[in-house]
Amino acid sequence: MIPSQPDRRGYFGSYGGRYVPDTVFPALDELDRAYRAARRDPAFRRELGDLLRATVGRPTPLTRVLRFPAGTGKAGARPSGGTVRRRRGESRMYLKREDLCHTGAHKINNTVGQVLLARRMGKRRVIAETGAGQHGVATATACALFGLKCTVYMGSDDVKRQAMNVYRMRLLGAEVVPVESGTRTLKDAINEAMRDWVTRVRDTYYCIGSAVGPHPYPLMVRDFQSVIGLEAKRQILKEEGRLPDLLVACVGGGSNAMGLFHPFLDTDVAMVGVEAGGRGPQPGRHGATLCHGRPGILHGALSYLLQDAKGQVLPTHSVSAGLDYPGVGPEHACLKDSGRVRYTSVPDDAALEAFHRMSELEGILPALESSHALAYALRACRRSPGRVLIVNLSGRGDKDLDIAGGRI
Amino acid sequence: MTLSEKWEELRSRNEAGLVAYLMAGHPTLDKSFEAIRTLAENGADFIEIGLPFSDPIADGPVIQEASNIGLANGADLDTVLGAARSMDGRVPLILMSYLNPLHRRGVNRSVRGLKAAGFAGLIIPDLPADEAGDWMAASRKAGLDLIFLAAPTSPPERLAKIAAASSGFVYCVSLTGTTGSRTAVAAGAEAFLRRMRGRTKKPLAVGFGVSTPEHVKRLSRVADGVIVGSRIVRAAAQGEDLAALVRSLKDATRRDAGPKVCGPRGGAR
Ligand SMILES: Cc1ncc(COP(=O)(O)O)c(C=O)c1O
Repeated sequence: MIPSQPDRRGYFGSYGGRYVPDTVFPALDELDRAYRAARRDPAFRRELGDLLRATVGRPTPLTRVLRFPAGTGKAGARPSGGTVRRRRGESRMYLKREDLCHTGAHKINNTVGQVLLARRMGKRRVIAETGAGQHGVATATACALFGLKCTVYMGSDDVKRQAMNVYRMRLLGAEVVPVESGTRTLKDAINEAMRDWVTRVRDTYYCIGSAVGPHPYPLMVRDFQSVIGLEAKRQILKEEGRLPDLLVACVGGGSNAMGLFHPFLDTDVAMVGVEAGGRGPQPGRHGATLCHGRPGILHGALSYLLQDAKGQVLPTHSVSAGLDYPGVGPEHACLKDSGRVRYTSVPDDAALEAFHRMSELEGILPALESSHALAYALRACRRSPGRVLIVNLSGRGDKDLDIAGGRI
Repeated sequence: MTLSEKWEELRSRNEAGLVAYLMAGHPTLDKSFEAIRTLAENGADFIEIGLPFSDPIADGPVIQEASNIGLANGADLDTVLGAARSMDGRVPLILMSYLNPLHRRGVNRSVRGLKAAGFAGLIIPDLPADEAGDWMAASRKAGLDLIFLAAPTSPPERLAKIAAASSGFVYCVSLTGTTGSRTAVAAGAEAFLRRMRGRTKKPLAVGFGVSTPEHVKRLSRVADGVIVGSRIVRAAAQGEDLAALVRSLKDATRRDAGPKVCGPRGGAR
């Protein structure tokens, strides 16, 4: 039996918990109470539902792609005849189009929920961390919507490689604080956001951007993102008359993957989480936490962690800023150990290849994060054709044009 | 010497205890070990040794920087255990480490190793009492004091819980924030200490932001111990005269000058 709810102390199996300085412990209690009350409150659910529909643009489409999975050639190769006919044995690949959400990624499903909660709790100031900048933009957007003050911490390396999103956040009225410490990426942005929270916990709401952190964040973020899987389930039943064979999603902290997977956990649909293989399996060259890490404590939770033999957190690398993170959400750790979800990794170059293939064959520019899931899905179609699969296209690639075009 | 023996001694002299913090491996391995001796010989009543960690979320810029330097110099749990073994045990040593390096080594191995090397206490800033069942059991068994942190944001029932879990003393965080020198004692620090007093007979040590002899003097009236961290780390970084600094901080812990507002009482456990 897969525990789909954490226990009272916030553990999914043996992972999770609240490993935080005591200063913010009462704030987690307060958040837990507020979230539980909001979840039961029809007015909150109605307001969130309205926002998701009218502002975020939900439901997002489930798009069948024909050319991307067909053939064996590289990007640019055309399937024979230019049109693809239904054949027996062909793979039927669908994309869950989170790239079409307002602001361009799944992140906003979570931020409208959390910012609504922040307002309900009477907090005037919202802080967030961001890696790729998508969560920062989504938080800034939700704060603009409700007139809350927003501060976003971002590693200074990410500020450089996701410059467009920094500009967007500033246009939305958010303050972006570059973080120079540590590895200058997502991990250090979270450290700095936590330091801010410890300092101003009384008036500040910390809006975490993935299914990570101390309880109740992993539960709450997963719940807000589960709209992805709920819609996808309904949509695929309509298209195919049955559940899919396989779900594929990229895993950074794990929010888009949990969002797609969670509503399918009690079915027999296979699921694969795809981590950042970076430049190779050696320490420091990837962000594949579940593939290469071991249990440890970072950012308030016990989960898998990329660490050395002395328990120091390892540096990471990925071409995609959103997957460049040494930790992962505790629910994924539990799903890995139970075997319910399989985790694998895709290297930088394969993700880039999938980015180009999707752009050229389907006219969709995927985020580099999502391109990891696409690369795996392509391989899966070639290896065992004839299956119905859904890939979470977690975001659009506009933010990545400089990297994908080789200019960074 | 155990923590409770030291508190007993301080009580008889009507002094607050000075807890002096430094970072292992900072500014160099040798200098940090030398500094432990300097602090011990010049009035520190307890020495808190920080183990460097890659992600010190409870620390401000000064200790973050020292942590990076300590890591780069190769300071790890074994070097710290070695340093403890070379001390004579007259000044109780306390390890301050984030949870993961200790978790990686394992609860029992960590706790027994610390005790065997001569450590008297252990502080883990990202381990709240709620998650500490195994650590409390292992520490109790090994005879190592496990010290928990209480914050001004904690509601009354939480303060009582932390005090009950804590052994050796309760680490009272003077402010909401990270470590680092502040110009003044946090408003509300004294009120917080008084609230804590009402909930426990265990010794209370106050830290975060305490940096001058004036701060120490003021807090010595309401706390049993005063913890100075970033100020000493900065002195170590800049090659200041550590001995003189510690002496001036220690002098400020002697209470005979002023009336005893809220003295220590009761046993240490
Ligand atoms: C488009 C996109 N996909 C995926 C991720 C990874 O996060 P998560 O694993 O929480 O979905 C990010 C993070 O920035 C992102 O921007």
